[in-house]
Amino acid sequence: MDLAVENIWLIPALPLMAAGFIAVTRREARRTAIALAVGAMGLSFILSSFALGALISSEPGTGFYTNFPWFDVGAGTVDLGFLLDPMAALMLVMVTFVGLLIFIFSIGYMEHDANATRFFCFLSLFAAAMLGLIIANSLLLLFICWELVGLASYLLIGFWFHKPAAALAARKAFITTRIGDLGLLLGMIWLYDATGTLLFYDGGAGVLETGPLAALLMSPGLGVIPAATAIGLLIFCGAVGKSGQFPLHVWLPDAMEGPTPVSALIHAATMVAAGVFLAARVVPLLSLDLGIPDVPFHALTVVAWTGAITALLGAVLAVAQSDIKRVLAYSTVSQLGYMMLAVGVGGWVAAIFHLLTHAFFKSLLFLGAGSVIHAAHHEQDLRALGGLREKMRATFVTFAIGMMALAGVPFLFSGFWSKEAILHEAAEWQSSQIPLYIGLFGALLTAFYMTRLVAGVFYGKPRSEAAEHAHENRGVMTVPLILLAIGSVLLGFLGTPAWPWLQSFLTGTTPHWEPSHILAEGGALMFGAILIVGVGIGLGYVLYGRRTRANATDPDPIESAQPTLWRALVARLGFDEFYNATVLRLHSALGALSDWLDRHVWDGAVRGVASLGEMTGVASQQTDEEVVNAGFDAGCDSLRGTGRSYSRNQSGQPQSYIRGIAMALVVLALILVLGGAK
Amino acid sequence: MTPLHLCLLLSTGLFCLGLVAVLARGNAILVLLGVELMLNAANINFIAFWRFGNPSNATDAPILVLFSIAIAAAEAAVGLALVIAIYRHQRNVRVEDATRLKG
Repeated sequence: MDLAVENIWLIPALPLMAAGFIAVTRREARRTAIALAVGAMGLSFILSSFALGALISSEPGTGFYTNFPWFDVGAGTVDLGFLLDPMAALMLVMVTFVGLLIFIFSIGYMEHDANATRFFCFLSLFAAAMLGLIIANSLLLLFICWELVGLASYLLIGFWFHKPAAALAARKAFITTRIGDLGLLLGMIWLYDATGTLLFYDGGAGVLETGPLAALLMSPGLGVIPAATAIGLLIFCGAVGKSGQFPLHVWLPDAMEGPTPVSALIHAATMVAAGVFLAARVVPLLSLDLGIPDVPFHALTVVAWTGAITALLGAVLAVAQSDIKRVLAYSTVSQLGYMMLAVGVGGWVAAIFHLLTHAFFKSLLFLGAGSVIHAAHHEQDLRALGGLREKMRATFVTFAIGMMALAGVPFLFSGFWSKEAILHEAAEWQSSQIPLYIGLFGALLTAFYMTRLVAGVFYGKPRSEAAEHAHENRGVMTVPLILLAIGSVLLGFLGTPAWPWLQSFLTGTTPHWEPSHILAEGGALMFGAILIVGVGIGLGYVLYGRRTRANATDPDPIESAQPTLWRALVARLGFDEFYNATVLRLHSALGALSDWLDRHVWDGAVRGVASLGEMTGVASQQTDEEVVNAGFDAGCDSLRGTGRSYSRNQSGQPQSYIRGIAMALVVLALILVLGGAK
Repeated sequence: MTPLHLCLLLSTGLFCLGLVAVLARGNAILVLLGVELMLNAANINFIAFWRFGNPSNATDAPILVLFSIAIAAAEAAVGLALVIAIYRHQRNVRVEDATRLKG
């Protein structure tokens, strides 16, 4: 074991420390913040590469883990641990590399933002949380990082919180994923109850190893549903929330309110990847119930169908979006559906393959969109753009590579190989062939809407002032695009059927060079898929490329042909309205009920006690005023009355005073005379 | 009826006239005149007792009367000054209106 493997914890710790340091730097210290964030990410990337190298050079299929006790609870100990296996190592390199490029791109994208320091702090925190999640060897540590990812995404989506839409989107993302997280938490508690541990690998005693899995098979379930299925589905709930699967996909498109590098990070490297990663990580747990006879349904079946529905839904909704970033967002939803589908049909290797290639080309597409948006002064409506092909050469070429990778243009692009792998896995699924056909239809739509996007943004004439004056961005923004474009092409060759290095590395076997495999296994399927991609791109070209729209307000060709369908798609099939009408209304009703209870029942009791005290007070006040004070008042009144009657004699008339004196003199004289003066 | 009795009767009448003037008149100047009458009644008493009374302290009384007259003159000056002040204050010299000095 070399240094990088032993100190695997450093990989998330470095960005975390960077985030901490940036948090206490001044807002004006923009260069310090950038240097810290990019430097820490770069170091993490180097360490990750070393760790991957160490794994490649060691025996196939080896993994390293270190566990340590966190705290004691009663008689038990809660352990955490770090794990470095091939999947984690690949994810580490992908996240740090893509993350580093996104960081560098952000330097250019956020150059006019006054709060760039805060932005890099959050970005570092986001990356640290995701890296921690990847190397977690404990479901608990994974959950901690999982929640940190959620927090960081909340902070970043709502980065421009002065925009009400951004604040709303951040809240929506946080709450929606929290619904899934509740399932994950419940599954975790149940799992701990059934097996007594949350470590993944622990020398035979981890939840993904034989001992606890056997114990889990024995533990009582919920009615007809065995415990293994229930726990697997609860954990999958977390993945549904985080990875934007149907029916919790609604937050993902709204997350576009954040700055574009954030969208790239969320949609490619970190947040949504976490869900698929979790599902792939707990595959032994999810597939446990396959061995149980006569269960109503298997956990993996639910995963597969959820993935298939999501793949279709995302692709359909992406067709009618006019915001560049929203098209890409729904495309992400759709691609994540493919990955879940792959996990569900038993091809978690294909899922990770697609996750890695998707991370490259989707971050490329998002950064390309960011480049366009930055150049066009935050105009991101594809109806108002257009004609940027000549003006932004580097962005156009890299964006086109990303588009072709996503659409699955054959042989040269990575997206083709990973999507093929998933379709092959779907074709081999025993339960049903419908997910395969859904996947093929989704591929058609993917090629179609990506053609529409590229044609709308880059071809035709500029349809707005902003697009007219757009020009290529600085190197700090285009170089990451070029690097990602190279990655989007090259990564595919690591996992072709002819030389499946990636698959072998993940499953712990040695790859062999066998070109004949390309055609041997499901060659017909491959040709079918290529044909479908061709049809999709062709349709897109016929509708949008051959004759581009003349101005921003023209209706879409589909809108002219099928207005009802188009309106439904633009309204996103009413999911938001549906949730508003059901979940939200239920919540409001519950809120109103507890408000009523609070006001009238709990508050009533409190108020009763209060009024008792008040009555005592009134009684004592009455006694005081009526009994004690009355005596004093009477005395005072009589004194005052006397004073008043005396003061009436002081009239201020000097003659009346003198009259008194004269009277007194007369009386004195009478007394002297009558009494007989001596 | 001795001359002393006659003098005392005169002074008593004079004193009563002055007292009535002080008590009954509303004009402050007339009230001051009444006060002067009463003072002069007292002075007549002094002189009468000096002239017809015990001869042992014969020389003192006229000096006392002179002092008394001087004090009466000073008192009249102060009184008239007060009357003018009252007039300035209330635009008349009616005694029954000047009640504002009461505490």
